[in-house]
Amino acid sequence: MNETILEIKNLKAYYKILKGEVKAVDDISLEIRRGEILGLAGESGCGKSTLASTLISRKPPLHYISGEVKLLGQDIMNMSKEEFQKMRLKNISIIPQYALDAFSPTKKIRTFIADLVSEHGIKPDEEFFEKVKERLDFVNLDHSVLDRYPMELSGGMKQRVIMVISTILDPEFIIADEITSALDVSSQRFVATLLARLRDEGIIGSVLFITHDLSILYQIAERIMVMYAGHFVEIGPTDEIIGNPCHPYTKALISSLPRVGIQYKDKKLSGIKGTPPSLLNIGEGCRFRFRCPYAAGECEETPQREKINDGHYIACWRWQEIGSDSNE
Amino acid sequence: MSEQVQNVMSVRNLSKVFKSGVFKPKYTVAVQDVSFDIKPGTIISLIGESGSGKTTIGKLILKLIKPSSGKIYYKGKDIEEIRNKDELKEYYKKVQGIFQDPFATFNPLYRVDRIFDMIYDSFGYDKSNKEERIHQVLQDVNLVPERTLGKFPHQLSGGQLQRLLIARALLMDVDVLIADELISMLDASTRIGVLNLLVELTEKKGMSVIFITHDLNLGYYISDESLIMYKGRLVESGDTKKIYESPVHPYTKMLFNSVPEIGKRWDPEEEFLPEQVIKDVEEFYKENAGKGFAAAGENHYVLYSID
Repeated sequence: MNETILEIKNLKAYYKILKGEVKAVDDISLEIRRGEILGLAGESGCGKSTLASTLISRKPPLHYISGEVKLLGQDIMNMSKEEFQKMRLKNISIIPQYALDAFSPTKKIRTFIADLVSEHGIKPDEEFFEKVKERLDFVNLDHSVLDRYPMELSGGMKQRVIMVISTILDPEFIIADEITSALDVSSQRFVATLLARLRDEGIIGSVLFITHDLSILYQIAERIMVMYAGHFVEIGPTDEIIGNPCHPYTKALISSLPRVGIQYKDKKLSGIKGTPPSLLNIGEGCRFRFRCPYAAGECEETPQREKINDGHYIACWRWQEIGSDSNE
Repeated sequence: MSEQVQNVMSVRNLSKVFKSGVFKPKYTVAVQDVSFDIKPGTIISLIGESGSGKTTIGKLILKLIKPSSGKIYYKGKDIEEIRNKDELKEYYKKVQGIFQDPFATFNPLYRVDRIFDMIYDSFGYDKSNKEERIHQVLQDVNLVPERTLGKFPHQLSGGQLQRLLIARALLMDVDVLIADELISMLDASTRIGVLNLLVELTEKKGMSVIFITHDLNLGYYISDESLIMYKGRLVESGDTKKIYESPVHPYTKMLFNSVPEIGKRWDPEEEFLPEQVIKDVEEFYKENAGKGFAAAGENHYVLYSID
């Protein structure tokens, strides 16, 4: 079944500040199918978290410019706040970045959860907490965490509590923004697999998994999309993106990943020289051209999305010429 | 004594207990009975998860806190004996630390050039080629001097600040650099450059690096030797390749089992619980009772039991 849950078409969202516009999400299109985990990868400042905020809450200076976003067939960009609020938690939910720091230090976890869900119009009664306890079992946490203060929990435990809260209404679509980056490796594995398990069990529908860590996406995502400096770079099935990347940026990103078995002494990995461009009032053109070893005259124009094969798309003028030339 | 002169740094039976609370004090053992050596010009990884004591070891070496017991020798000299201001200054000229959060390190009111000025002023370096050297170290860490020097910390990105910290250490020509989660805030494409830079510096200048990290892949990439820490104890140490290829301690095994790696997927059938390792370790210690910290092979040591 390839039913589309979320459809984003040519979405543009800019930060409007005194000096001009920061084009953080510029012409992004993607669709998320029912039951899939789509990984969104990119480095800091590539617009991946801005994309999440655009979908959930556009607070100034972030402004929606143009494009279409349909969640379950409904246009959520032009929806009133009240209408959208009704969809929150049930249809769309987010595990925000730094959620670990969102706990109130003076509130017990139980009170924190109760306060939070009442804001969303849910009554935190016995029945509700029964469900919370069920979910706590699912994430392997003892029920006693409810009567503890946040400082008594480790980062991994807090992240599990957050996951329980954000998935409590079995959302059809959930955005997970860097949920593993603040955790220890063992908790990373647990939390990432947990998300996949929640999906397998049908508790949550589809996932947009935002991270800078491609190796985690390799573990749990079915498809991966790569962004660079607000632009779309490449999207495709996980094995294809990792095994056969076609965009020079994706190539460089993957070949710069250290992995067990590669030591400096034996093989020196190379990163990407330079830093991403400032997105403030940025003009036309491929945004990677300043750091791209293959950049040519045509790259002064913004590359269009092109099909490589079914499901694998790219935005690069020269991908065919570059071919299998590896960056290493 | 001769053994300790050869090593640039030697840590012997180091322990640190933190006391919290006044009336009913609680004691937390952060580091317990840790010993290791650092040879000149090598990189040693100190690997562990949060709460393992790895940062505490860094702080102890930097004399930011005092050990509860045990000794640290810098080139054969007990660092506890470094007390007066001048000696301390000399020590900090040679032993420097860079930490994870670059935002917390810099004074937000000082421009970058002032940070470098302060090094020259407080450590009394020769100022004749100051500008040239500052430009050189900034270029070494991939920063454009013209675009960096006049800026305030908040105008630079986390990665840029982190590289600035390394530049600062480079300027000082240190012997031992303690890099605590130095690149965990950097992006994949830029951090390799920083790592390569660190290795080059050890090779060229003979600097030693204690690379504190939770990222096993990074640890493997740059270090000759590794130390695996778990709950304040050193549980496995020695040659990096040996530890990674044939880990013995259950905690080390669990770590390698959970690290996400491209080209190797986690076993979906395996029931993975981070908490399980506590029991596994207990059992391992029981099975190997009496063995203590012993060799598992050439330059490969394992904590078999805690008797």
